[in-house]
Amino acid sequence: MKMNTDTAATAVVLPAAERLQKQGKLSLLWQEMKRNRVSYLFLAPFLILFTLFTIVPVVTSVVLSFTYYNILEAPKFIGLSNYRLLFVDDDIFLKAIGVTLKFAFITGPVGYIMAFLLAWLISQIPQKYRFFYTLCYYTPSITSATAMSVVWLYLFAGDRKGLLNYFAAKLGVIDEPYLFLQNINSIVPVIIIVSLWMSMGVGFLAFLAGLQNVPKDLYEAGEIDGIKYRWQQLIYITVPSVKPQLLFGAVLQVVSSLTIFDVSVQLVGLPSPLYAGHTILTHLFDYAFIKFEMGYAAAIAVVLFGMMIGLNRLIFKWLGRD
Amino acid sequence: MTGAVKGRKDWGGFFLYLFLTLFGLLMLAPLVYMVSTAFKPTSELFLFPPRFFVNNPTLINFRDLLLITGTTSVPFSRFIFNSLLVSSCIVLFGILVSAMAAYPLAKHNMPFRSAIFNMVVLAIMFSPMVVQIPQYLLISKIGLINTYWAMILPYLAAPVGMFLMTQFLRQIPDALLEAARIDGASEWKVFWVVVMPMLKPAIATFALFSFISAWNDPYPAMVYTTDQDMKSLPLAIQTISGGYGVVARVGTLAAASLLMIVPTIIVFIVTQRLVLQTMAHSGLKE
Repeated sequence: MKMNTDTAATAVVLPAAERLQKQGKLSLLWQEMKRNRVSYLFLAPFLILFTLFTIVPVVTSVVLSFTYYNILEAPKFIGLSNYRLLFVDDDIFLKAIGVTLKFAFITGPVGYIMAFLLAWLISQIPQKYRFFYTLCYYTPSITSATAMSVVWLYLFAGDRKGLLNYFAAKLGVIDEPYLFLQNINSIVPVIIIVSLWMSMGVGFLAFLAGLQNVPKDLYEAGEIDGIKYRWQQLIYITVPSVKPQLLFGAVLQVVSSLTIFDVSVQLVGLPSPLYAGHTILTHLFDYAFIKFEMGYAAAIAVVLFGMMIGLNRLIFKWLGRD
Repeated sequence: MTGAVKGRKDWGGFFLYLFLTLFGLLMLAPLVYMVSTAFKPTSELFLFPPRFFVNNPTLINFRDLLLITGTTSVPFSRFIFNSLLVSSCIVLFGILVSAMAAYPLAKHNMPFRSAIFNMVVLAIMFSPMVVQIPQYLLISKIGLINTYWAMILPYLAAPVGMFLMTQFLRQIPDALLEAARIDGASEWKVFWVVVMPMLKPAIATFALFSFISAWNDPYPAMVYTTDQDMKSLPLAIQTISGGYGVVARVGTLAAASLLMIVPTIIVFIVTQRLVLQTMAHSGLKE
């Protein structure tokens, strides 16, 4: 009985106490923040720019995607119409999703594995030779798609003067020149090849650095435990040791393989023949800066944003586990 | 290699070098071709059968580059100047902004620290290109179209660079910071005298990545400027080529492209040792 009144009493007192405690927590937090104001001052320039040019735009994109907005008139709320149009009526968008995914599912994994294997092979040779090979593989990724188009347009040119056509004709593989950049069957493969050539970027450097810092005694311990071949070392010792770098590289790879834009526009143009090289990002650019339908373009951006975050969450789930 | 597995090692090593070299040459081939085209005289440009290497190298393409663009209203050097100015501002101010933010995130213990850091990691997971529309609207609303600010400001708060700096700073011992604080240095002074010098490898890395992306990106000049004399180098190259898919003025174009690629390679060669040091701390963890 006494117990009961006790609990009742505390039940009455509790909300007030909780409020007090909460207030205390808030003011404590405030005090803590005031005490650390120097830290926030350091952070301020970054946070202001980051908010202005990243956070606010993400929110604005989502809001705009529910409107019709052509820049001249004020945005008009139209609910989910943009999304309905995108997924039901816009055949070109569905095609762009197809091209982007086809592209991403090939370039993503292939480029990623290639970057890791090359970084691993380079880590097997003595330090003094490493730089030369690193330069060989990394340089393509720092060239600009615009600057390199002069080479690709020549290599894949559709007349017999194109290097590829010339050799194919010489070997007797083809009778007449193949239109690599106009034929809808070869557009995606060409874009993939060029992108793979440029894919040994930041991720590759991260792998290289991670691999150089795997503790040597792990390998010695492995040898004692009966590891005989290099591939066993690779799977049982090396890969687990560089897992954080692998995750970082994977995130960057997802982002870059979904944002294919430059290479496509430079090689096959915008719009490309029969939209065969049309990606989500070229579609976005088309609507945003050529047709100026900002609301619709924002909806495209939101879809792309969702795909990137979603895929990266998945990757974190797969690779992030210990 | 230390700790290498014994047996059949020589053959393995031989094939390793053979593969790395052949594949490396294959990767370099397009670049070599571009360099050799830049030095080809007109008589060699349209040879049939096509020739990979140049026979009689000449500088005529580089001269043409200046002449061709000299006939339009804007000289080519203006594009080079624009690109250099914009890229170096992005690199310099970007380093300052990111280093200042990385310091408290790595070494101070204030509320919302991990929330802010997680937000930055989240920003790595999507490309800034998905927010280009609101960015454009914002830039045009505050009247920055056709100014250098429009091409600089949106790129200063770079999540990847900032993430690398924070990670790098985390593994630096606190003892040095404490020593400076005991001597009575203010946080501002600690930042400049202790933190910035120690951050050097991360700064080099940041400089490399942000220089490359700023230098190569045709997009800001394409969208944020309408004046010819505000255009950047990648955009000018597109103009010389006469749009996509057109193979005109190959020699001049190759010369311009070469001019464009050389700075990025130089920056990489200068920074590479420090970059690899930094990238060792690039790991992400769940």
